[in-house]
Amino acid sequence: MPDKVSLERKRIARAFGAQVVLTDPLAGTDGAIREAQRRAAAAPERYVYVDQYANPVNRLAHELGTGPEIWAQTGGRVTHFVAGVGTSGTVMGVSAALRPKRVRIVAVQPDDALHGIEGWKHLPTAIRPPLWDERAADEHRVMGTDEAIAMTKRLAREEGIFSGVSGGAAVAAAIAVAREEAGRIVVLIADGGERYLSTPLWE
Amino acid sequence: MSVTVRLPGALGAATGGETKLTASGATLADVIADIERRHPGFASRVLDERGAIRSYVNVYIGDEDARARGGAGAKVPDGSEIMVIPAMAGGR
Repeated sequence: MPDKVSLERKRIARAFGAQVVLTDPLAGTDGAIREAQRRAAAAPERYVYVDQYANPVNRLAHELGTGPEIWAQTGGRVTHFVAGVGTSGTVMGVSAALRPKRVRIVAVQPDDALHGIEGWKHLPTAIRPPLWDERAADEHRVMGTDEAIAMTKRLAREEGIFSGVSGGAAVAAAIAVAREEAGRIVVLIADGGERYLSTPLWE
Repeated sequence: MSVTVRLPGALGAATGGETKLTASGATLADVIADIERRHPGFASRVLDERGAIRSYVNVYIGDEDARARGGAGAKVPDGSEIMVIPAMAGGR
């Protein structure tokens, strides 16, 4: 992982028994991905490169799990699904499950290369996830970090939902959709707030 | 005082593609203002409207988080290296 990531991230990885290898912080997540690829290629007998950005099982988990669950739990009344693009597995899989049922898929990404929506990718400047196909979404939106942070704080204080910034970003995008279109909108909050307690976000 | 400022590729667009710059100033705010004079629009990427380091940006002076040294008002010793890093990682 990139050097200077939050302390919680390093400790969580070590708790699972991992040896943490820190990469150039200026190269961000893409630098960590390249280092993982380099190690896997150099010693294939030693490493399994799971590669959530290209692993079809990522997409399938959402096609066979998340999508059908949303359909069942809304009694088939869902009209829109809103989620951010990170590995893109969520959007790709839910799209495969729910688009045939006429659910409108809304994919959201950060509005700028320098952003603070951890877990999301600014697709024009980041390594493009091999899973990603923009045609899976009916609509593409962007979200600013300041708006995402404000909504993250509102979610905690007003709704009792302690999410990561990506959760606030997704909800803010879903509210923007709701202002424009009528329907029953499902939005996915993929990250909890606990792993950001040591960051300036909650100071 | 002269310092080196290293930026992630994501910020290169704000500095004409440069990711390693030489700048001068006694404090971090001065250094950012110096870069802003050459690359208008740079400062607002790093500092918010109150002049504080944006919550999703980390700035290191040497190996130390600038927030621990007073934020934008932190003193920058001559010859130090400053790193601006987006505080983000991961993907799902």
